[in-house]
Amino acid sequence: MAAVVDIDALSAQLGVNWSEVNLDSIQLPPGNNFGIESDDEAVYHDDQSEFDTGFGNIIVVDHLPVVPKEKFEKLEGVLKKIYNQLGVIKENGLWMPVDPDTKMTLGYCFIEFNTPQETELDCLTMVVYILRVCFNVWGSLQEAQNAKEKSHGYKLDKTHIFAVNMFDDFDRLMNVREEWEPPQARPYVPGENLQKWLTDEKARDQLVIRSGPDTEVYWNDARQKKPEPVHKRPYWTESYVQWSPLGTYLVTLHKQGAAVWGGADTFTRLMRYQHSMVKLVDFSPGERYLVTYHSQEPSNPRDASKVEIKVFDVRTGRMMRDFKGSADEFSIGGPGGVAGASWPVFRWAGGKDDKYFAKLSKNTISVYETETFSLIDKKSMKVDNVVDICWSPTDSILSLFVPEQGGGNQPAKVALVQIPSKVELRQKNLFSVSDCKMYWQSSGEYLAVKVDRYTKTKKSTYSGFELFRIKERDIPIEVLELDNKNDKIIAFAWEPKGHRFAVIHGDQPRPDVSFYSMKTAQNTGRVSKLATLKAKQANALFWSPTGKYIILAGLKGFNGQLEFFNVDELETMATAEHFMATDIEWDPTGRYVATAVTSVHEMENGFTIWSFNGNLVYRILKDHFFQLAWRPRPPSFLTAEKEEEIAKNLKKYSKKYEAEDQDVSLLLSEQDREKRRALKEEWEKWVMQWKSLHEEEKLERQDLRDGEVSDVEEDEYEAKEVEFEDLIDVTEEIVQESM
Amino acid sequence: MRPILMKGHERPLTFLRYNKDGDLLFSCAKDHTPTLWFADNGERLGTYRGHNGAVWCCDVSRDSSRLITGSADQTAKLWDVKSGKELFTFKFGSPTRSVDFALGDHLAVITTDHFVDRMAAIHVKRIAEDPEDQVSDSVLVLQCPDGKKRINRAVWGPLNQTIVSAGEDTVIRIWDTETGKLLNETNEEVGHKKAITSLCKAADDSHFLTGSHDKTAKLWDMRTLTLIKTYTTGVPVNAVAMSPLLNHVVLGGGQDASAVTTTDHRAGKFEAKFYDKILQEEIGGVKGHFGPINALAFNPDGKSFSSGGEDGYVRLHHFDSDYFNIKI
Repeated sequence: MAAVVDIDALSAQLGVNWSEVNLDSIQLPPGNNFGIESDDEAVYHDDQSEFDTGFGNIIVVDHLPVVPKEKFEKLEGVLKKIYNQLGVIKENGLWMPVDPDTKMTLGYCFIEFNTPQETELDCLTMVVYILRVCFNVWGSLQEAQNAKEKSHGYKLDKTHIFAVNMFDDFDRLMNVREEWEPPQARPYVPGENLQKWLTDEKARDQLVIRSGPDTEVYWNDARQKKPEPVHKRPYWTESYVQWSPLGTYLVTLHKQGAAVWGGADTFTRLMRYQHSMVKLVDFSPGERYLVTYHSQEPSNPRDASKVEIKVFDVRTGRMMRDFKGSADEFSIGGPGGVAGASWPVFRWAGGKDDKYFAKLSKNTISVYETETFSLIDKKSMKVDNVVDICWSPTDSILSLFVPEQGGGNQPAKVALVQIPSKVELRQKNLFSVSDCKMYWQSSGEYLAVKVDRYTKTKKSTYSGFELFRIKERDIPIEVLELDNKNDKIIAFAWEPKGHRFAVIHGDQPRPDVSFYSMKTAQNTGRVSKLATLKAKQANALFWSPTGKYIILAGLKGFNGQLEFFNVDELETMATAEHFMATDIEWDPTGRYVATAVTSVHEMENGFTIWSFNGNLVYRILKDHFFQLAWRPRPPSFLTAEKEEEIAKNLKKYSKKYEAEDQDVSLLLSEQDREKRRALKEEWEKWVMQWKSLHEEEKLERQDLRDGEVSDVEEDEYEAKEVEFEDLIDVTEEIVQESM
Repeated sequence: MRPILMKGHERPLTFLRYNKDGDLLFSCAKDHTPTLWFADNGERLGTYRGHNGAVWCCDVSRDSSRLITGSADQTAKLWDVKSGKELFTFKFGSPTRSVDFALGDHLAVITTDHFVDRMAAIHVKRIAEDPEDQVSDSVLVLQCPDGKKRINRAVWGPLNQTIVSAGEDTVIRIWDTETGKLLNETNEEVGHKKAITSLCKAADDSHFLTGSHDKTAKLWDMRTLTLIKTYTTGVPVNAVAMSPLLNHVVLGGGQDASAVTTTDHRAGKFEAKFYDKILQEEIGGVKGHFGPINALAFNPDGKSFSSGGEDGYVRLHHFDSDYFNIKI
């Protein structure tokens, strides 16, 4: 090993400035770890043999047009143009063989990408050599691979579709034996059980929290009134974590890309997705695909930022498609300049199939399908001035909103479009509209559109709803206006899987909350109001995932007021306060709800777990508390009838659990008593010890006090209880007896 | 429990001290005049005028004749409690942070802050019987490893054999008063994580309680420096006190004055919180201040306590009879 001084001298000689060398960007060549053990060894292991022949940087492009001598240079030029975009072609690295007889090309060519130049290595300095080798070899291999993948299937014209192979692959394929050998059946190795957490004996739910540098996963053990740790890792993620929609994976973000974690016993890394400086991630609803997002601020503030989005297959880790461009292409652009892309850029169609995803950009809706990862019908939908799109959570129906144009000459429009047919199922024109918001009900049965309209004077706005019944014939639309038309709408929320919705409306600080139902026993086809609660301190609505219960929450300005409300009975179950609460999240079963104070405030960071009816279960304080997220559960396999049956016979089923609960609470109070007793005993020991020492030192203390005898603690005053009765006055009053 | 509001100071309170008999209460504040109150009804008896800076700490002799005060005017002063006459002034070249009379009142320990090129130090002074004979020489001077970190409190250990000090460097140290040697100090594992703001010792010098910005208070054995209990609260602790009667500790604090939100007084949590000393569980809280609590003191009879806040008020609380029957 060369001494540091030598390295410095040499690097100066070669013009390498160490301070500019980004060590993170150095990747060691495959198969050589220079004696440095790496935990990523397994990743490189498979690739190793491929590059051994040294032709790894050559690709063979087939299906080229066969051209005569005159056109040879033109074709060469075209090829160079194509492949120079994908990598650096070595000097004279493009070789297109020509039939010596006909002088025609043979329809294929070889392209060699840049390799390290054999430079004069007269001095034995490994370091510089290693650096060169790392950059060049690995780079050129990458380039060749990259070029192969990118240009395979490239359409030069209709008849000439490139077939690109690595040069090394030819050797391998030529050496395939003539006789067929049955492949060896590999012994079955069961994969990691990714659903293990669902089989928890106590049927608990998991939650992940981030505080300070730590990310922790806990069981919510409401019986024990505390969380039970599952896994804890400091610096697990570099920004945030997110569960996949069905709870199978936990995704973490890093400088190099995203990673997903999961598994049976503890969290192991299942897959990584390379995307440097990834900022945001999003799963498809069936968690088959992961979308990652990275944007780079432009050096010139007037330019749009650069955006790169990649779509990965979650299980294989393969990148399915990547999108690059300026932020404008991924957003509709704000009125005053460039607005950043709003996440998620790609919105996934509902359902578990993960079939379609859509992107909204200026005047265009691009819908892609996941079979080929290309646009449906190979073209985007042109919709002038479209500002918002929203998928049905269950079907491939897209709702879109186009605002008014031409100063009111062309009305605003809300439309439902069927995908992939792109047929407009229903549309409605709306007049003097200032804004629209679309809210789908979770089972895709209803769509509520909140419409803000201008008053006649155009000075203020008022709100109403357009309610679409998707599952009914011809999709009837109903108009709903609040009792007081001028009320501002503060929040809106559908009951999950239900037919009801809640609205907070009116003026702060004491708005009203109203509940409506899309069908009641008397009135199946019309929306009707169930109740209005007057003057509530609420600005946000949180339905239980099973419906029926709702939390009317007063976050931020209202200091964390919580009202647990039963909508079936229309009664308040409990009111509580989690002071300064910033976030509220129901567990996926609707049994418990977490309220949290995240680090937007300095004080009282932490979270509180409540039961669905508003009983405080436990509180945890954590400084620098950033995030809390319940692990989602996949939808139940039970049919609606079965669920109803269980609900009906709940008493029968719950007996077992009630007994268990009682056992636990008995055990707990027993443990608690035991703990208290131990603490008291320990304390007594200390006190005894102190007393005896105090006694021992009594005389010395007296000396220090110049002989004054009394100690404070030796009762100078004797407490005596004296009863004293004083008769002040006696009067007799005759009370008239009433009949 | 209806508190008595004692308004006499114009600036935030810094320290409260009862005399041994529990009939007098001394208060120090960032205005320059320590004040004496009747501990029963909160009536103001008088003030001690002479300091020229914020007064950080005081102590009163066992017979309630002498008062010693430490001030940011770089002096510590001895006073005649009864007449309010200034008897002697110790001059240091830097602000005086804490003062404490030794058992027998012949010695006092005084801590001084880091100031320009003077390092923070602990001084031991001999207190003469007759103020005429008083000299300003130090018997002993101790220095912590990091002289730039403030020593917020130093008190005498059992039989005046040790001095216990605590401050911004989060470490509690026990010093030998004979030799000036460091006998013991807390390690990172059990010690506080942030600056220690307050220290209060039990009447029999057997154990003491420290409060820290790390949002905890810890109870220690005074001879061995063994950690016995930890009390966790949601806010930085500025002041601590122990009930001499029941197994209760009181923690006071709140957000830093500079970080206090202006929206809601509850946001700062300016509560005096009561904890069970043995079980370490919160029992209850006493609200009222509209700024952080800087000072707490228990009446030696354990039947009342007072709190001093950043808001300039002293609140004197006589416990209801319910308090003595709290069961948890």
